Amino acid sequence: MTRKKRRLYMLLLALLGLGTATALTLTAFQDNLVFFFSPSDLQTKGEQVKDRSFRLGGLVEDGSVRKLPDGVTVEFRVTDTQHTVGVSYRGQLPDLFREGQGVVAEGKLRPDGVFVAREVLAKHDENYMPPEVTDALKRAGQYKPADTRASAQ
Amino acid sequence: MIPELGHYALVLALFTALVQAGLPLAGAATRNTAWMAVARPASYAQLALILVAYGALTWAHVVSDFSVANVVENSHSLKPMLYKVSGVWGNHEGSMVLWVVMLAAFGAAVAAFGRNLPPTLKARVLSVQAMIAVGFLLFILITSNPFLRVVPAPIDGRDLNPLLQDPGLAFHPPFLYAGYVGFSMAFSFAVAALIEGRVDPAWARWVRPWTLAAWSMLTIGIAMGAWWAYYELGWGGWWYWDPVENASLMPWLAGTALLHSAIVVEKRDALKTWTILLAIITFSLSLMGTFLVRSGILTSVHAFAVDPKRGVFILILLLLATGGSLLLYSLRAPTLKAGGLFAPVSREGALVLNNLLLSTATATVFIGTLYPLFMDILKLGKVSVGAPFFNATFIPLMVPMIAVMVVGPLLAWKRGDLTYALKKLMLAGAVTVAAVLWGVAAHGGPVLALIGIGAAAWAFFGALAEFAERIRLFRGPLSDSLHRARHLPRSAWGMTITHAALGIAIAGMVGTSAWNSEVIRAMKPGDTADIAGFTLTFDSIQQVQGPNWKADQATFTVRRGDAVVTVLEPQRRSYSTRMMSTTEAAIRTTLFSDLYVALGDPDTKTGMWTVRLYHHPLVPWIWAGGVLMALGGLLSLSDRRFRVGAPTRKTAAQKGKAVPAHAHPAE
Repeated sequence: MTRKKRRLYMLLLALLGLGTATALTLTAFQDNLVFFFSPSDLQTKGEQVKDRSFRLGGLVEDGSVRKLPDGVTVEFRVTDTQHTVGVSYRGQLPDLFREGQGVVAEGKLRPDGVFVAREVLAKHDENYMPPEVTDALKRAGQYKPADTRASAQ
Repeated sequence: MIPELGHYALVLALFTALVQAGLPLAGAATRNTAWMAVARPASYAQLALILVAYGALTWAHVVSDFSVANVVENSHSLKPMLYKVSGVWGNHEGSMVLWVVMLAAFGAAVAAFGRNLPPTLKARVLSVQAMIAVGFLLFILITSNPFLRVVPAPIDGRDLNPLLQDPGLAFHPPFLYAGYVGFSMAFSFAVAALIEGRVDPAWARWVRPWTLAAWSMLTIGIAMGAWWAYYELGWGGWWYWDPVENASLMPWLAGTALLHSAIVVEKRDALKTWTILLAIITFSLSLMGTFLVRSGILTSVHAFAVDPKRGVFILILLLLATGGSLLLYSLRAPTLKAGGLFAPVSREGALVLNNLLLSTATATVFIGTLYPLFMDILKLGKVSVGAPFFNATFIPLMVPMIAVMVVGPLLAWKRGDLTYALKKLMLAGAVTVAAVLWGVAAHGGPVLALIGIGAAAWAFFGALAEFAERIRLFRGPLSDSLHRARHLPRSAWGMTITHAALGIAIAGMVGTSAWNSEVIRAMKPGDTADIAGFTLTFDSIQQVQGPNWKADQATFTVRRGDAVVTVLEPQRRSYSTRMMSTTEAAIRTTLFSDLYVALGDPDTKTGMWTVRLYHHPLVPWIWAGGVLMALGGLLSLSDRRFRVGAPTRKTAAQKGKAVPAHAHPAE
């Protein structure tokens, strides 16, 4: 086998790999992109997320968390201070889930407008605010930067 | 006083690194031996100074010096000593100091052990290593000084994030960083080789041990992180395809490809430009990982509150390192002479295929991880890319990778015989089919799990079949086979162990992802719940007091039928300083499965506790497989050919090419 021929083989193989990857990626993107919406977004784009899984983010409204009688389903409201969406979640909330703090949940909208969360994203740091939530609050004009380094200096 | 000494040492280290980055490089260009010789003492001095800084910070944490802001924010006088020490790297500033400790340590190790490196190459490697150090030392001093004081000093600190007060996570960052930073060695060697303008088998032999060491550390780091997420977050999940997790997976995949392509350079003098490119990419991905984690630009379950200024700084470092080295690559790579020829069906061919698949997989993870960022920048909406995307792209690429991984080692260099190789794998193939059939019979699917179990069996038994072939098992007296096994090079043992361990890990991933069971119940003492043939009785709940936390601890008696199997005591801890609670799951681990109990919130009105029970089949195999893979890597690292003064450029003289570097005696 000559050098030229080998190079050709390698090139073909590489192209094959690249092609497969592109095809896989594109098909996967089509089905698996999860959009992020704030409660305000839902008012305008609610139609396009019917039956689709998406992420909802905002602040957990103060005093809205309550447990249903079955003991494992929790309901709370997510707000960006302009609009509010009710959320129902079956299972254990993450350790750092708090009223008044940022939250991101993934799930679907029920016909009655309640968001059924399949997953409530955990976080490791009480001061951490997911960038989308920060953004959603900024758009609602209600963002107060968290004072994360209060004690420094 | 001591924190200021640390700060001062860090500044001195910066200047040492500046000298180390400049003089040896200029010396190598002008053949000035004295200038090149500066590299060695400079790299020792740099390590010593950074260690002084690191020691000063550790001291401040250990004695709880609350006049230091970093200690105030991340420590508490009542915190156990283990976490006072690990708390040093449990925060942004301290972890960056650990980063440069590792960087300097790798540099000093090259200075100490690389005695048979040609002086010019060694000078250039250490100089490139120092350039990286300059970047990160500047980063620490400008944006993340860990030695800032607070006036007036508070009486006590704000404690370390409770989730990090855990033995699993205490040692996760050092291993992860040793891996990330270890790849800087491959990068420095690649850039030095590009400046030098030559890559040969000897070069590959020098660069491979460093890559292998980094890869093994990264493997342990990732496995520890997965283990921690599994038991500490109380979800029983070990991998979410979260950006921060992907950030560690990408250098791992690229590093795996690099390890294998370096073999081809070493044995066959081929794939040189590709290997250099991989070395650059691997470290760039490590830097990108640092950027993603430290900038908080992507939503992650593992993210911590961050300062956006820092992200910009690391992004600039990343662009300089990657851009600079790629520019050098584009200028110099075409001048590297191509090496040995080989047929498509050959060991080289298999390694090339493995490399293509691994880098394609790296690319899909890269695209999936950064896609939300592109969408956001282009104002196309906010999206996230989750597990379904990665399962749909990554797994289809890993299946052929594993298929080839088993066949490759049985092919000869240059021109292999596929039928011969497949004949040797008939038994392994039969076991694979049996494993899939077992999957159908025992669980009936899903299809992805059946493919996974097949891949696991093929990787494991294929690796054993290759080993049996090497020692000619059952083809002569057993004593002969044992004799052969004893005399096999350790790198061969390492390969068999690592490849087989990958099979073990895959089996664990498949078992727990496809066949786990989960029960979420509200329970009060006296209640029972059933899961996977076990009956758990919620006996009681009591208060427990720890050094800086108190907890509600539940007692569950686990029975199978009437026999008591074990008692599990999950806790729900609350750390008063940060007002945070953590879930301490109780897990019963056996060889084949985990029984996992996590205690959730109590309902104050009804006195019911949310309890989550999981049964995870085969999950311990993931950690065992990860650790075995790393051990295989380390065993291979101890191979004779890396230790004995074998890597010398014999060919240089034979080719009649004068290499000026050799005119100077090694120091």
